[in-house]
Amino acid sequence: MAGHPDKGGATHDDSARATGHRSEVTLTVNGTPHTLLLDHRRVLLDVLREDLDLTGSKKGCDHGQCGACTVLVDGRRVNGCLLLAVTLDGSEVVTVEGLADGTGEPHPLQKAFLDRDAFQCGYCTPGQICSAVGMLAEAAAGHPSHVTDPAAPSGRPVRLDAAEIRERLSGNLCRCGAYPHIVEAVEDVI
Amino acid sequence: MTGTGGALGAPAERREGRQKVTGGARYAAEHPLPGRAHAWPVPAGVARGRVTAVHTRAAQDMPGVLAVLTHDNAPRIAEPDDPTLAVLQSPDVPHRGWPVALVVARTLEEARAAAGAVHVEYAAEEHDVHLTAGHPEAYEPEKANGGFPARREWGDPDAALASAPVAVDVSYQVPPLHNHPMEPHTSTAHGDGDRLVVHTSSQGGTTVRAVLAALFEHPEDRITVVADHVGGGFGSKGTPRPDVVLAVMAARATGRPVTVALPRRHMPSVVGHRAPTLHRLRLAAGTDGRLTGLTHEIVTHTSRIKEFVEQAAVPARVMYATPASRTVHRAVRLDVPSPSWMRAPGESPGMYALESAMDELAGALGMDPVELRVRNEPDREPDSGKPFSSRHLTECLREGARRFGWDGRDPRPRTRTEGPLLLGTGVAAATYPVLVGPSTAEARALPDGSFVVRVNATDIGTGARTVLAQVAADALGVPLERVRSEIGDSDLPSAPLAGGSSGTASWGWSVHRACTALAERLAARTGPLPEEGVTAHADTAGLADADSPYARHAFGAHFAEVAVDPVTGEVRVRRMLGVFAAGRILNARTARSQFIGGMTMGLGMALTEGSTMDAAFGDFTEADLASYHVPAHADVPAIEAHWIDEEDTHLNPMGSKGIGEIGNVGSAAAIGNAVHHATGVRYRELPLTPDKVLAGLARPVTSGRGG
Amino acid sequence: MEPFGYVRAGTVREAAEALAEHPGARCLGGGTNLVDLMKLGVERPGLLVDVSRLPLDTVEELPDGSVRVGATVRNSDLAAHPLVRDRYAVLSQALLAGASGQLRNAATTGGNLLQRTRCPHFQDLSKPCNKRTPGTGCAAREGTHRDHAVLGHSEQCVATHPSDMAVALAALDARVELDDGRTTRAVPADRFHRLPGDQPERDTEIRPGELITGVVLPAATASLPSAYRKARDRASYAFALASVAAVLSTAEDGTVAHVGLAFGALAHKPWRAERAEAALRGAPATEDAFAHAVERELQAARPLRDNGYKVPLARNLAVDVLTRLAARRTRPGTLQEDS
Repeated sequence: MAGHPDKGGATHDDSARATGHRSEVTLTVNGTPHTLLLDHRRVLLDVLREDLDLTGSKKGCDHGQCGACTVLVDGRRVNGCLLLAVTLDGSEVVTVEGLADGTGEPHPLQKAFLDRDAFQCGYCTPGQICSAVGMLAEAAAGHPSHVTDPAAPSGRPVRLDAAEIRERLSGNLCRCGAYPHIVEAVEDVI
Repeated sequence: MTGTGGALGAPAERREGRQKVTGGARYAAEHPLPGRAHAWPVPAGVARGRVTAVHTRAAQDMPGVLAVLTHDNAPRIAEPDDPTLAVLQSPDVPHRGWPVALVVARTLEEARAAAGAVHVEYAAEEHDVHLTAGHPEAYEPEKANGGFPARREWGDPDAALASAPVAVDVSYQVPPLHNHPMEPHTSTAHGDGDRLVVHTSSQGGTTVRAVLAALFEHPEDRITVVADHVGGGFGSKGTPRPDVVLAVMAARATGRPVTVALPRRHMPSVVGHRAPTLHRLRLAAGTDGRLTGLTHEIVTHTSRIKEFVEQAAVPARVMYATPASRTVHRAVRLDVPSPSWMRAPGESPGMYALESAMDELAGALGMDPVELRVRNEPDREPDSGKPFSSRHLTECLREGARRFGWDGRDPRPRTRTEGPLLLGTGVAAATYPVLVGPSTAEARALPDGSFVVRVNATDIGTGARTVLAQVAADALGVPLERVRSEIGDSDLPSAPLAGGSSGTASWGWSVHRACTALAERLAARTGPLPEEGVTAHADTAGLADADSPYARHAFGAHFAEVAVDPVTGEVRVRRMLGVFAAGRILNARTARSQFIGGMTMGLGMALTEGSTMDAAFGDFTEADLASYHVPAHADVPAIEAHWIDEEDTHLNPMGSKGIGEIGNVGSAAAIGNAVHHATGVRYRELPLTPDKVLAGLARPVTSGRGG
Repeated sequence: MEPFGYVRAGTVREAAEALAEHPGARCLGGGTNLVDLMKLGVERPGLLVDVSRLPLDTVEELPDGSVRVGATVRNSDLAAHPLVRDRYAVLSQALLAGASGQLRNAATTGGNLLQRTRCPHFQDLSKPCNKRTPGTGCAAREGTHRDHAVLGHSEQCVATHPSDMAVALAALDARVELDDGRTTRAVPADRFHRLPGDQPERDTEIRPGELITGVVLPAATASLPSAYRKARDRASYAFALASVAAVLSTAEDGTVAHVGLAFGALAHKPWRAERAEAALRGAPATEDAFAHAVERELQAARPLRDNGYKVPLARNLAVDVLTRLAARRTRPGTLQEDS
């Protein structure tokens, strides 16, 4: 779908009004489809927090500079604060609330964060966990990082040592300084 | 003391941990309230002057806008004790970024857009935001933060310096720093009948309640302040900030629940910052390394509306034995945002300077820096003459040296390399005072055999719920699982803030006392408990705030190893190790996290964090998290935190000292000293970013005194 | 951010038409910079043309041995692509040195090229800025400018371009493909971005109504030894203080056969070090020669009050990277690029 109902009425001098400022968007969030009429300005993070009451995804900076809003969109980790929801029509979104399995058991990473005391205030934690889930998939898919040996063969899974984990999670700031414990938690599930 | 059952000191898991890792923990903006509106402040665009007009019509006409508050129409409030809370009360602009309007709208998007449409006119005046050591308006205040006298002096340090066989005379600079807790300052306010209910991101809800009661002339018993989960504070949420005042104003003006979540970029100018400090340190010593004189003089800035003087020369009154000492604070009122608390105010920058100077003195003496510190251990607190309740700095230094592998270190700078990298190691000491305040608490025994302790403590990430349950279980002599703790709500027994590393001691003392009383009451009775249970209250007023005949401080030692890249000037920490003597450690798991967290913030202070007051415009250039570099994962190596089992019976019933800040104190100095060891260059201005490091490496290497 | 219209383009032509019809329109790729700037009020498009689902999401080898990267290929996918990792190491390294995993997952090739300066004054509507609002002045000249340009700046603007990727593209002699729905053209990557001159509001040579459809990595620089190095204030997730992208091959006699050298964070555009390259072609591939050539390039630097450190930093980076690349030639077996 084109995402706007009245493009036909577009005029040269008033494009914004002519194309409308809201669109209907369908997102599947943690397995549940939602169809919402959204202000084009609304970012995914605010859809989750304001429209769906999924407040596990946090707003730390609102500008892609802290990672607290990290969620998985179609399996990839992204900053929810910079994604206009209207662009995501048809996407599958997984948030920290959706990581547990069907029985309600926490995801192994969530368990590892508990075991390692890998957080203090907890505000960056959902983003750290979602980021780590996405990061593990990236490494398994052979994505290199800044610290991966450039001579390593391309296209093969990357073994994650502490330096790899640190580099790959660097988009998630933690002001409480839980980093060493977060790295241990991720190592626990590898 | 009651028998323990092993609860105290155990590495108990955080009680809210599962909520936090599954996204269930709700913070101040996250409580669903029907009709809740959002508000967006408009920051002043000049550094000094007055607002002459606020054009709000365009904003008011925008979709969804419910109100535009300015100094003309905002609810009047009583004059606050803290002038930074007097927002929208007058046209005066004391600094750039001061809120001059507030837009309230149905949605975040509408509020933000309308805030952008508010047009403000100013009569701007010349501003001065530039701190210099010789600023003509520098003055000596009566007191520095914490109530410390601005000046203390004994002996004749000038004479000592003039005649000393070995001396250093050095200057250090610490830039403005920002707390930047991950959760921005956020408050949601709403009326509930004649009640005012506020969810706020604060380190102490009891104070928020008292301040709101005074400002809005609303009875305290009809205000509830909830702060059940708080996304960090590090001092910047220690007292109410403008977000909570604005939220209540907006709720009153619109009759709706309103959330004010400060945009990240607004925070540096509104929530307080660590003021920059310019240090001059002079140390005089005999050839045996014993200090004969010491001066530590600092100049810092404060704002036009509030005097806050970073007490950076205070730790020099505590640390080392010297027959002559002068410690002086001077401040300059500038057109800058008001500084405030940031993790270990005073100690953090002060110990950076003092412990760096000690390293320089060790170099000048040709003495091991650990030995130099041990040699200058005082018998009593130098400033007060009081005996220490406990002081195990030497043990921390020795234990740290052993664990770190300090022995056998080649003290000569720039002797270790690894490929192109220059490696070095450094050490520094740490100190932080034991602070404790009166608190109330309630303990209740229930018929099912469980217990509840209630106290308006705040968990900003320390694990207060958990440790207070441990204190209670210990005092009651029952298993930890049977104790529940309720915190984070001002309807609970009132309590002081989570700040100054005093929270656990203050709350824990009253919890311990309530539980002890409850245990006595239970012991005196027979038969089943009544349905409502049996309750005991405690108030530690007069106890916790009683003068102590002892000087009470925690101590610690930091060791760091760095690698410096001479190509880029980039410094990376390889490892850090801290050993602390902080009384009894009440929860080994959460304590370790706090120590490591403090050390990490020290790493940031040493290497990555720096804010620049733009002299031309009067704002902090590094206003967001892309430019203000909080350390990222990749900056932080394996960090080890250890502690010494310290028994101190002069503290509180738990025998604990605070641990929230000491991890931060001295860690930057250990890193700076390691950089000197790696490079042979003594850098004296933080942070040690590539621009500065590279410039230093380009200069001819000198060694020895000040080298 | 004011309300705006939204159209999701299904074809390049549709996108170009939408852009042509609405002068205030902007293309939206990953949005990692555009949405950021819209929130700040710096960008105020009346219409967003979502190009992220255009069928431009592949990396493919062309018959002539060059590699074509579609404009909507995400930065993370590009950095991981075997054709890029194996043949254009500098590009993969540059991408991985930038931003964060999350941002790279969203950011597109085209969007990366079109990202705007991170000058703090540009981002602050309360300050003058000729780039944001022509004619208002430059706050950075008098104000803070530690991160700003030392090369090629003008009275009007001292901003730098923040991209890491674009620096690698410049060193690789890549071409940027543009399409206005009717005709296509290609611009050399090192001439795609502009110097500010007296039109700092124009970052690039893109014309109204055009969009980026792809980037072509030439066969000529494929599989040559190459590397990217970046200096920054923290170990990750920070913009460059200075960076260098270098491509270097040496002849049997130890002289420079091919060199491509570009600097990041020194200028309003990735700074192609043409003088240094000219000095090096045919010269011995030695540290001394590299140092001499780089000095020659950086003689043009005009540092501002507080950013003089960038000159020695850039010099060190370039000499270091070139020297390492030259050393690879003499140690076969360490070099997959040579195989």
